[in-house]
Amino acid sequence: MLERRHTVATLLADRSSDLLVVPGLGSSTYDVAAAGDHPHNFYLWGAMGGAVCIGLGLALAQPKRRVLVITGDGELLMGLGSLATVGARCVSNLAIAVLDNEVYGETGGQSSHTALGTDLAAVALACRFRAASTIRSAQELPALREMLLQAAGPVLGVIKIASSEVPRFLPERDGHAIRTRFRGSLLG
Amino acid sequence: MSSGFTFARDDWRAEIFAALGRQNVVQVAYVPDAGHASLIQAAHADPQKKVTVLTTEEEGVALLAGADLGGERGVLLMQSSGVGNCVNMFSLLRSCGFPLVTIVTMRGEWAEFNPWQIPMGQGTPKTFEHAGFIVYRVDQPEDVGPVTESAIRIAYECVQPVAILLSQRLIGAKKF
Repeated sequence: MLERRHTVATLLADRSSDLLVVPGLGSSTYDVAAAGDHPHNFYLWGAMGGAVCIGLGLALAQPKRRVLVITGDGELLMGLGSLATVGARCVSNLAIAVLDNEVYGETGGQSSHTALGTDLAAVALACRFRAASTIRSAQELPALREMLLQAAGPVLGVIKIASSEVPRFLPERDGHAIRTRFRGSLLG
Repeated sequence: MSSGFTFARDDWRAEIFAALGRQNVVQVAYVPDAGHASLIQAAHADPQKKVTVLTTEEEGVALLAGADLGGERGVLLMQSSGVGNCVNMFSLLRSCGFPLVTIVTMRGEWAEFNPWQIPMGQGTPKTFEHAGFIVYRVDQPEDVGPVTESAIRIAYECVQPVAILLSQRLIGAKKF
């Protein structure tokens, strides 16, 4: 099992200015902010189940840039159909990283469906993703990072992480400010 | 038209398609619907459009928020029964100030035969109003084009969520 903050910091280390990041609400947003604030982070504080489709619309609009959705197992499970939508669209610049602790951490640690048998990488492959895999150790992280940042998409990487609590790291909460900053930086 | 698809002579959906083109609406997201069928066909046949079929309507709200982040205009096509699926995702629009254009084919309001269509058919205008949308209703074929164009302009020039309701009387009640 990996540690979430280190995992996200590794995925985003020395990030390209072309990389656009959509973190799902809750811990994923805190993890991405903790790795370093960036105008090309679209922090979510709500819209549970929507992170993948926000990433898809962005990837379609910006085909020359890489879009990385970083989200949790619970957030992805709420929008599981969006994997079918992405697979049907077969967009090559979209990658999804799932921080899978197998629990709903924000609400008391109830087991999620990934603890009860759902294999998200298998779901992605069944939805015609070009590649998908699950890792459980830090040794596997560099290869997964390579897939998420370089491989022809859509790709999905499930990262099994420890469910331990980490300090909250809270970025901007004003959605208008987040949207305006993101668009201003990207579109000028 | 360069798209290789031709609307029937009396099909007012051609006016919607033309307005989308004039207003540079590129992304088209939809849940399949009979009332939108020719518009969906035309969008698929147009190489300038990026067309995405959704598994559920709220995906389209998120998708078009992403499109806006990337600087592209879009439209979400759905039926009134799908509006209820979007309610929580509509909070994304208000929380962040996203524009949205959705065109909704109405059920449950005119010579409806299926009682299960009544709740969301009757609830659709109020649902949009509660979510902060500007709501247009179209009953006459000649209004379809001007309302669509005006709605797109307000949505993107004033950065507002806008819904166009195509009435069941306009579409024609489904017959079995």
